[in-house]
Amino acid sequence: MSEGFISRAFRGRRQQSDVAGRLPPGQYLERGFPVLSAGPTPHTPLEQWDFSIVGNVKEPKRWTWEELLALPHETPTVDISCVTKWTKFDTHWEGVSVETLLQQVDYDPNVARFVIAFSDGGYTTNLPLADVLGGKAWVAFIYEGQPLAPQHGGPARLLVPHLYFWKSAKWVRGLRLIERDEPGFWESLGYHNYGDPWKEQRYWGD
Amino acid sequence: MDDTTLDGNAAGGILREVFPFELTIAEETCAHCGATRTVGELTVYKSAMGTVMRCPTCEQVLMRIVSTRGRYWLDMQGVRVLQIITEL
Amino acid sequence: MERTALLGRLTWQLGEVVATHQETARTKSLTLSVPRWAGHLAGQHVDIRLTAEDGYQAERSYSIASPPEDGQQIVLTIERLDDGEVSPYLADELRVGDKLELRGPIGGYFVWEERLGGPLLLIAGGSGIVPLMAMIRHCRAVGSTIPTRLLVSSRTYEDIIYRDELERLVGTDMTLEVIHTLTRAQPPGWTGYSRRIDAELLRGIAWPVEQHPLAYICGPTPFVETAATDLLPLGYEPTRIKTERFGPTGGS
Repeated sequence: MSEGFISRAFRGRRQQSDVAGRLPPGQYLERGFPVLSAGPTPHTPLEQWDFSIVGNVKEPKRWTWEELLALPHETPTVDISCVTKWTKFDTHWEGVSVETLLQQVDYDPNVARFVIAFSDGGYTTNLPLADVLGGKAWVAFIYEGQPLAPQHGGPARLLVPHLYFWKSAKWVRGLRLIERDEPGFWESLGYHNYGDPWKEQRYWGD
Repeated sequence: MDDTTLDGNAAGGILREVFPFELTIAEETCAHCGATRTVGELTVYKSAMGTVMRCPTCEQVLMRIVSTRGRYWLDMQGVRVLQIITEL
Repeated sequence: MERTALLGRLTWQLGEVVATHQETARTKSLTLSVPRWAGHLAGQHVDIRLTAEDGYQAERSYSIASPPEDGQQIVLTIERLDDGEVSPYLADELRVGDKLELRGPIGGYFVWEERLGGPLLLIAGGSGIVPLMAMIRHCRAVGSTIPTRLLVSSRTYEDIIYRDELERLVGTDMTLEVIHTLTRAQPPGWTGYSRRIDAELLRGIAWPVEQHPLAYICGPTPFVETAATDLLPLGYEPTRIKTERFGPTGGS
């Protein structure tokens, strides 16, 4: 068979860099910004766009595009890691902290312990509520100083850089607070439920 | 539709890994809109995460396949019926 | 391919590069000898897998350019993408004697064999010509008289893949017509089309729908979608139009 076959002199696009300690295990440094798709790029006009927090809350809360932009912005610079093994260092974003949004919602964090982020096109991903609080997550709409491009999730995506990037849902339209965890699009199809790149939690069972 | 969309034949490789049949000539009925099409006609989104096949009529997900570490994860909730042709 | 759709497991096998041929500045054909090749149909593709020493792998699909009649050898024509991960390796690094991991043939939908009939309308955008060339070469090899019209969209005259072979085939085969369109630059004295494919161009060259033609369209995704959409007003039935979209890359 061809088990263990090595292609002579093949290295791929990966860069040789002195990045010891900064790259999560099994990752390589990527200079580009790969686009991975599970469906067509949505194009919701901004006049129709909104972001909602629903589910296990006293009352659902909704922001229009203008209302979201009027909230305090933050400009996180973060490393991002995709489960497909690429990592980008020092990516620059601008957005509203999820903490800021949740502060405007009445909920019981002992009950609503998990969230599902939902997006245009039907994509979902699940996270513990604690992982979108404490300055760990944003609804981001500017990338490298420019409005976030549609193929990268524009007008706005979730940004949760401490987890594998499939958790940073593109085209995000809201969060649903839930009592019992529910696996999202990739989590229900073999990917890890939590996804910590430093523990290499790529797949179910890792 | 997107620059990245592919046709059902692009899923031929992973489908051949899972099924012992040439599935791109099979016919599927969409559980969402009821349209029946040849698998080769479907809209395919392929990435290193996995392969997602959508109905060209209603864009809903028909099939999703992830291959990882000695396992295949196959979700066919979006397919009401799959007709596999065994004789040509 | 067997006359049944029931097949064995698709396994990776090793092919050996026995010849390389530069087709244009950016495309190169690789002839691979594949000992356990089970045969294929024109239009099918293979998956290629490259593995680095540290285990990193990259996989891509490439259409088979050669007809089934070539036996244990298959030809792949690679378009070298500047920012590609696999194509620069295949086009620049791979040498005669190297081995390449592949699996196939794959795909039973975008195929043509004589029993499917015609007349054939083949529409190629850039490297989308590869599987269509397999169909043309197969048509020739079996001595079929099914009329074929090939419409090729290329950036420039120098970018036309298989240009000389197509000219020779047209010169000796009354059933093959080739129509070129050059979208970016034309040589002096060029009398052919010089624009991107549109409904009017297609109307000028497509088989009348009364002849019950079969259309195959291949190339970058936007190219294929435009061409397929433009064929519909001519009355072509959707079931008689087969497409193979290559994704965002590839030039036309």
